[in-house]
Order: sequence, then structure tokens, then C-alpha cells
Amino acid sequence: MKKLLLLGDEAIGQGALDAGLSGAYGYPGTPSTEIIEYIQKNSEAIKRNVHRTWSANEKTALESALGMSYAGKRVIVTMKHVGLNVAADAYMNSALTGANGGVIVAVADDPSMHSSQNEQDSRFFSKFALLPAFEPSNQQEAYDMCFKAYELSEKYNLPVMMRITTRLAHSRAGVERKKTIKENKMHLPQNPDQFMLLPAFARKKYQHLLSINEDLVKESENSEFNTYQDGKDKSLGIIVCGLAYNYVMENLDIEKNNFSILKISQYPIPRKQIEKISSECEKLLVFEEGMPLVEEMLKGYLDKGIKVSGRLDGTLPRAGELNPQIVRKALGLSKLESQEIPLVVENRPPALCKGCPHIDTYKAINEITAKYGKGHVFSDIGCYTLGFLPPYNAISSCVDMGASISMAIGAADAGFFPAIATIGDSTFGHSGITGLLDAVETDSNIVIFIMDNDTTAMTGMQDSQVNGRIEKICLGIGVPEEHIKVINPLSRNHEENVRIIQKEIDYTGVSVIIPRRPCIHVYKKSLKKEKNK
Amino acid sequence: MKKDIILAGVGGQGILSIATIIGYAAIESGLNLKQAEVHGMSQRGGDVQSHLRISDRQIYSDLIPHGGADVIISVEPMEALRYKPYLSPSGWFISNSNPVVNIPNYPQIQNVIDEINSLTKKVILDADSIAKESGSAKSMNMVVLGAASKYLDLPYEKLEEGISYIFGRKGEKVVEINLIAMKAGRAIAEKGLQ
Repeated sequence: MKKLLLLGDEAIGQGALDAGLSGAYGYPGTPSTEIIEYIQKNSEAIKRNVHRTWSANEKTALESALGMSYAGKRVIVTMKHVGLNVAADAYMNSALTGANGGVIVAVADDPSMHSSQNEQDSRFFSKFALLPAFEPSNQQEAYDMCFKAYELSEKYNLPVMMRITTRLAHSRAGVERKKTIKENKMHLPQNPDQFMLLPAFARKKYQHLLSINEDLVKESENSEFNTYQDGKDKSLGIIVCGLAYNYVMENLDIEKNNFSILKISQYPIPRKQIEKISSECEKLLVFEEGMPLVEEMLKGYLDKGIKVSGRLDGTLPRAGELNPQIVRKALGLSKLESQEIPLVVENRPPALCKGCPHIDTYKAINEITAKYGKGHVFSDIGCYTLGFLPPYNAISSCVDMGASISMAIGAADAGFFPAIATIGDSTFGHSGITGLLDAVETDSNIVIFIMDNDTTAMTGMQDSQVNGRIEKICLGIGVPEEHIKVINPLSRNHEENVRIIQKEIDYTGVSVIIPRRPCIHVYKKSLKKEKNK
Repeated sequence: MKKDIILAGVGGQGILSIATIIGYAAIESGLNLKQAEVHGMSQRGGDVQSHLRISDRQIYSDLIPHGGADVIISVEPMEALRYKPYLSPSGWFISNSNPVVNIPNYPQIQNVIDEINSLTKKVILDADSIAKESGSAKSMNMVVLGAASKYLDLPYEKLEEGISYIFGRKGEKVVEINLIAMKAGRAIAEKGLQ
């Protein structure tokens, strides 16, 4: 069969589909977004009517996935690493309920924080939850592992994590498809208390989870994805996890440097192979894309065993993603001849697009806050976070999804005035609604801007869950109707908008201002569509 | 055969179309390929790059090492220079000469051009004007691809097929304009003009 040229994300989407997927849930987040986007556009998924929608957030996505698993079907849930924090409650407890139909929790980490606020490593979560995880090193493995992941998930009745990082998520390569598997028929769990976590049941389930951990280690030891290349030179043993394997193989000339290499792509880590490499080799060098999970386990707190090098002893940088240069240096190989970036080159940071509605909103907010001094606007996660950069310098915080509203509440409680929050429509749907409920309940003196650009713009125009119902949500939660104001952020409305905003700042209590104008890219696309009609 | 190619530009300038066409030509020629892209925040007017690796052997790393690129193809001159550390000592440097000035501290354009001209193996061309002459300013990226095509060791017809493949659904006229643009870029490289 002809190979498909797929991003790592797309390979997971195709792999899940071919392995009998019945449903996909997720919340957009770089670098995970293209998994669901691929499934949404895939003609077979459409023909089969595979469920494929975005959820309000990662937690609701994972819970919906558990529901589909309860009904016996194979399901995938996708998110970025920080999204797993939002879904953590569901994820940790799903280790006890387990799965009925196979569950893949696909999490894309972003080491080096290309598009993220931290670089946490999701493998720690899988270890924490005692759940198995796969970490593909390339697109073909990402595809193949979906089959294995569902098999493992249904064999042990456990959700399985698929952990990838930015460079695999957003890199294309040829992928060969396997024979597709039919979707599961609907069937409920054999054990009617499987999904019941009343304490007495949860205790039993936890014991069960602990008791099968050794079986999962054996699965890893026998996994086709954990490979051991026996080397003649025993002065060094190399342990590589997932994508890091590629950088080692890119640099190492096996003829010259015939070291033993253990590649780990299935967790929990394979004990037998670890024992072999550490008993045969004089020292170990560990390469991991992300945080030093395996390295820390091998080194131990007292560091009294075999010498282990990696991110913890400075052989590799403690933070950031790996690349061919870093790995080459750690392997002790000479640098390839290369030149510096010429001095004439300036940084070109991302910026709000020309014609972006957020620009006009920030201009209006800036004009008013100028008289109160700096630092009055708490913001959130999305394109509008770029409002921190010059020439706007309009916001002072960006922490996690929904934090703008809740932080404004806390600051107002401390007596800070005015306390302003700016949050996007999709982020409001994700985690802002609960914050607004707090604000209304305590009659907090804050002004919330729900910047409605009609889409989830930063991740590439996915549907926004609250589209068309923001006012109703605010009203339903209890914001007074006369303090829900919709404005059109255009420069010609500037004076009027400033007046409206000032009035709401002067009002003591919760105000919601909704600057509403479509993202310029959505607008341009709609113009094109009109034209083609 | 091995070609490691860095594609560079500013978010929205169409470097991914260049990548797709080269990728198409490579796959159709029976070669292996890996192509790392930038998605997310940087696409909002920031610098973007793509690592495109083609080989008749297995390709491991998704990223090209510093000092390993055989060709740098850029649709913006300052962005071309940003990836100079990737250029191999024997590598070629192909760039559009027209700047995208969306930052307040963009350097004097002549300094940028001088820096590029100090390289020995380079093609620098006014791809915007050539694209306009070819029928559409939008085909600027195809002019740059045309100039680079001389150094890619891929059959030119396969690149033409690639253009038909990605622009086909936009109609014959669009395909035609892009083919002309690529040809015009190739002619510049053949003449060794700057």
C-alpha cells in the first residue's frame, strides 16, 4: 500500500481510526490539535460516522471518553500537556475505574515551550497514576502503537497514554497503514461496579491496580517498541526514550561507536533490559525528550550505584527540548563545522495580526487604565496574551486557562481597584464560567472582558463551545443584565467604547463587557466564501 | 542521495506550500522524507521555519543539525540569515530580497542584502516582482522554489506535478501562473543572476 505522508499527530489520528475508533474528544492545544482535526476531516471517519467533536475542556473530554469506553467502544481523547492538569482528576481516577472499550489518552508535550506556559512531562502523570504509556520515536511507531495501545487497554482494562512531543507532533513522514479493525459492538462492563468509586470499592480497585503493575512491566519487557541493540564497546550504555532515539542515531556511527543502546518507548520502564544494560556497561547516559524521569529513577536520591549521566549532571541541559547538536555534544563527538547567526538579524516575535479585534479592545482598555497606573489587567491563554508585548503592554498576567477572572476576584478582594480580566470566548467556555460564578456569588468588584472573536484562534480556528450564547451564560449565572455590555471593537467606535468601559469600571459589582468582532482570519475566510457563492 | 533543506520565512508567507511541493516530488521519486513544521503561536507573524530532509536512506532526526543543511530556501532575506548556523560549508543559500517589515527594529535592508552577498554560494532574487510579472504576486514562493530547484537534485517535472497536485483544486489558471512563476525563478538561477 502507498505510504501516507502524515504529521505525528495525524499518524495517531489515522492509527486510532484504523484500530477501530468509535469516538474522539479533546480540547485544542498546540501541539496536540491536529489529531482531532485530522479525524474530523478524514473521509472514512465521516463515512463511519465516528464521533469527532471538541469538548469544553480536557476534563469533560476525558470524562466523555470514559463514557464511550463504558459503552464498550474504542475512544481517543487528545490534549496538550497542561491540558492533562485540567483532566487530572478524571485521569487519576480512571486508573481505578479502568476502561471497558479501549481508551487512548493522547497527550502532546511541548518541551522548550514553543507555544506553552510550561514544559511539564506527561510521563510523570502516567507513572503517578500507575498507568501504561507509549512514547513513539517516529510517525510509523505512532501509528502502529495505536493498535497495540487499544489491545493493551482492553487486555488490562486500563486507559493507555500516548505521549508525544512537539517535534514528532508537527513533523511529517511516510506511514504505512495496517489492515483496519472493525469498531467494537456496544457492550457494558462485565462487572457492574467497574466505574463505581465509592471508597470501599475504590480500595479494592487500587489493590488490583497495584497487583497488575508487575504484569505491565512484563508487557514493557516484551514490547516490540522497547529495543535493545547489544554493542561491543561496554564503556558506555545509552538509554534513549522516544524521540531522543532519532538524535542519537543521527549522530552515532555504529561502526566507530559500538555502544549498547536501550530504546524505551513503552512504560512502565522495562526492568529486565535496564538490569542488563546497567550490569554490562561501565556507565550510563540517558537521553529523554522532556524531564529526567528515567534518569532520576536510575540514579536514585543517594546516587550510589552505576554512574548515570544526562540532564541531572549537566551532560545535557536541564531544560528545553533536545536537538542533534546537544545530543552530539553529550556523546562526546566533535562539532560539525557551522557559522553564527549574523549580528544584523533581529528577533521577530509573534504579534497580534493586522486587523485583529483584540488590538482595538486593548487600545480602549489602555486609554482608561492609564489614569489608574500599571498592572490592572489580568489576562489569560490565547492570541490576546500577545497584548503583553509592545506596543500594547496592556496586560499583567497569563497563568492558566481561566485564571484571569479568578485572579481579578482575589485582587479585588484585597482592595485593588480597578481589577480587570480579559479572557477569550473559548477560554471562557473552557474554565472561565466557574470563575464568573464565584464573582457573582461574592459580588466581586471586577470588570470582565470576554473577547469574543468567534473562534479558538491561536490553535487554528476550531469551534468555540460558547459561540452564540455568552450573554445567556452570564445572565444565567446572575450578572445583572444592565451590566452585560456588547461592544464592537473598531477604531471608529473607540470613543463610545471607552465611555462604556469607564461606566462599568465605576459600577461596584460584576460587569461583563463583550467586545465582539470575528478574528480577522475568520472574517477573511467568510468574505472569500461569499465571493465564491 | 541526501538533501537537507531549511525553509524560512514569516508566518503566512507560504513556506509550507514550498515544503509540500518538494515533499511530493521526493516521495514520487521514491525517496524517504521527514519534514518538521512550526505550528501555533509563531504563526502569528513571527519567524517560521521548516526542516525538510530527503534521502534514499533511512532518516532519523526530524531536525537538521547545525552545519548540515545543503540548501536554505527563504522567502524573506533576514529570515534566511537567521538559519545560517544550519548551513553546511558546501550548502547553497536561496532567498527573496524583499523584506517583511513587521517589527520596529528591522535592520537597514542594504545591510541584510550585503550580508547575504558576502556568501559565495547564493542566489538572491526579487521574487515579488518576478511573481507579479508571472501573473500573480501570490506566487512569490514558487519563484523562490524555482530558483532553488537547481540545487535540489529532484526531477523538475516532479516539482511541476507537485504544483498541479496542491493548486489543482483552485483551477487550471492558478496552476498555470504558479508553473510560470517557478520557471521564471529557475531561469534566474540558471543565469546565475543576482
